[in-house]
Amino acid sequence: MSDSKQLYQEVILDHNRKPRNWGALAGATHRAEGHNPLCGDHLSVTLEMQDDAVNAINFQGESCAICKASASMMTTAVKGRSRRDAEELIREFRDMATGQLDVAQPNHLGRLTVFAGVRDLPTRVKCAILPWHTLHAAFNSIATTTTEAEEDPMHAPIGGSA
Amino acid sequence: MNAPHTALKQREAGFDVERYRADFPILRSRVNGKPLVFLDNAASSQMPQPVLDRWIRYQTTQHANIHRAVHHLSEVATAEYEGARRKIQAFINAPEEREVIFTSGTTDAINLVAHGYGRKFIGPGDEIVLTTLEHHSNIVPWQMVAEEKGARIRVVPINDRGELAIDEYERLLGPRVKLVGLPHVSNALGTINPVREMIAAAHRHGIPVLVDGAQAVPHLPVDVRALDCDFYCFSGHKIYGPTGIGILYGKAALLEKMQPFKGGGDMILSVTFEKTTYNVIPHKFEAGTPPIAAAVTLGAAVDYLSEVGIERAAAHETDLLDCATEQVNRLPGVRIVGTAEHKAAVLSFIVDGVHPHDVGTLLNEEGVAIRTGHHCAQPVMKRYGIPATSRASFALYNTMAEVDALVAGIKKVQKVFR
Repeated sequence: MSDSKQLYQEVILDHNRKPRNWGALAGATHRAEGHNPLCGDHLSVTLEMQDDAVNAINFQGESCAICKASASMMTTAVKGRSRRDAEELIREFRDMATGQLDVAQPNHLGRLTVFAGVRDLPTRVKCAILPWHTLHAAFNSIATTTTEAEEDPMHAPIGGSA
Repeated sequence: MNAPHTALKQREAGFDVERYRADFPILRSRVNGKPLVFLDNAASSQMPQPVLDRWIRYQTTQHANIHRAVHHLSEVATAEYEGARRKIQAFINAPEEREVIFTSGTTDAINLVAHGYGRKFIGPGDEIVLTTLEHHSNIVPWQMVAEEKGARIRVVPINDRGELAIDEYERLLGPRVKLVGLPHVSNALGTINPVREMIAAAHRHGIPVLVDGAQAVPHLPVDVRALDCDFYCFSGHKIYGPTGIGILYGKAALLEKMQPFKGGGDMILSVTFEKTTYNVIPHKFEAGTPPIAAAVTLGAAVDYLSEVGIERAAAHETDLLDCATEQVNRLPGVRIVGTAEHKAAVLSFIVDGVHPHDVGTLLNEEGVAIRTGHHCAQPVMKRYGIPATSRASFALYNTMAEVDALVAGIKKVQKVFR
């Protein structure tokens, strides 16, 4: 039994069908584009920061269900949080997806642990991480980012041959 | 099941696919508790036992370095390596064995021509004609040459079915064009291109043509003499052989005037610090110790495919493709990308509302291995306005039951995403 059945849970399928906080924020203070050149996943994250907290956050793009659901749930998770708390979530999510954080240990991920199964699907890890990676770039005013090369957040291999 | 499907099943019986399947140990694997259904053959095919055995026999009884020592094993290894070259020469009907160069694969072969021919004979203002159907490996090396030399790349468009626009192609040919690069079969769509006619058209302008045959050699009888191509490239691991070995066929007259690609041992006649005299072809392009075992094993793979009969294998693969096309066409919400009149063994498709990567992960759950992504052919994806497709590709050992498993898997994907 692999974990992909667990991965495609109703909550993920629901966020894929009806993504929350979809679109671009008109009054964004921070924004970034994220791109996975190996599979073509592409999304933009726009933020409205107020007193160093995420007052509003939207995303839009074209991607697989894992990436879209991850982005949608990310927006609901970080909205209203301080930048510091959001950065903490980014770190925890990344560690969970790459198998460095055991979700049985104390963490702040809540329902985001539905993505824990990607750790067993190496080619899909980047799909789940891309939105978080893009949010990190937006916080740091990096306009564009990718999941590859020196910008690769965890140097995970992904297929890309004939 | 309807009549055509039944007829195909009967024809499959004539091919005796089960007999050949038994030769491939990996096909007995199970994935996620299900029998492996391997439909990613366009990326890399599996190796049958006689070919695997050849590798072991070479390493256990015949191995030493080649073209060097006077001892017994070196002579045996050299004979086997050169024997493999002659097998491949016969397989593609090359006029001379020195026109067959061992490379590490198709990519390496194309890079060899880009460096050895392109960087020597392409200059500022010159043009290189490629097609929309190209794999990245027949784009990037030429871009590197074009950038370095101030040359320009012109691209032959395709129609909605994924067929090259031959009129447009002929309009692009002219005195500034120094090379044409074509895929014999598109890896992303399966289109079989009319390369013979296209080569003849280029030759009317005196332009040499490189054919990327990586996807053709497994599925079509290839005769480089009949094609009259100037260069033909393919990989061992797509024709039931090992990775790390491939072939560049080139006309001797062209190979002789090209500059070497890599410098090192075996590609020289004499070396002083003042001057090196290069070896004759094919050795001029085989610097260093080559992958001898892989070359010998590729010879065995070619023997295997010839014994099965490439035309019989191709007919079987066409039946599989027709059956898959017919069944997938009947699925609402699934669209086939690439509907050329002449196709080989590739079915690219899109499931409405489901990203190909999700399709691939869920099919894997059923033990079905397909490729998802842009297939290293982003210009093709761009032409259709899509980021990626799902691609099933067939080999001689695939069965109608596996086509059914693919179709059942797609239905399951649709159910999950309903």
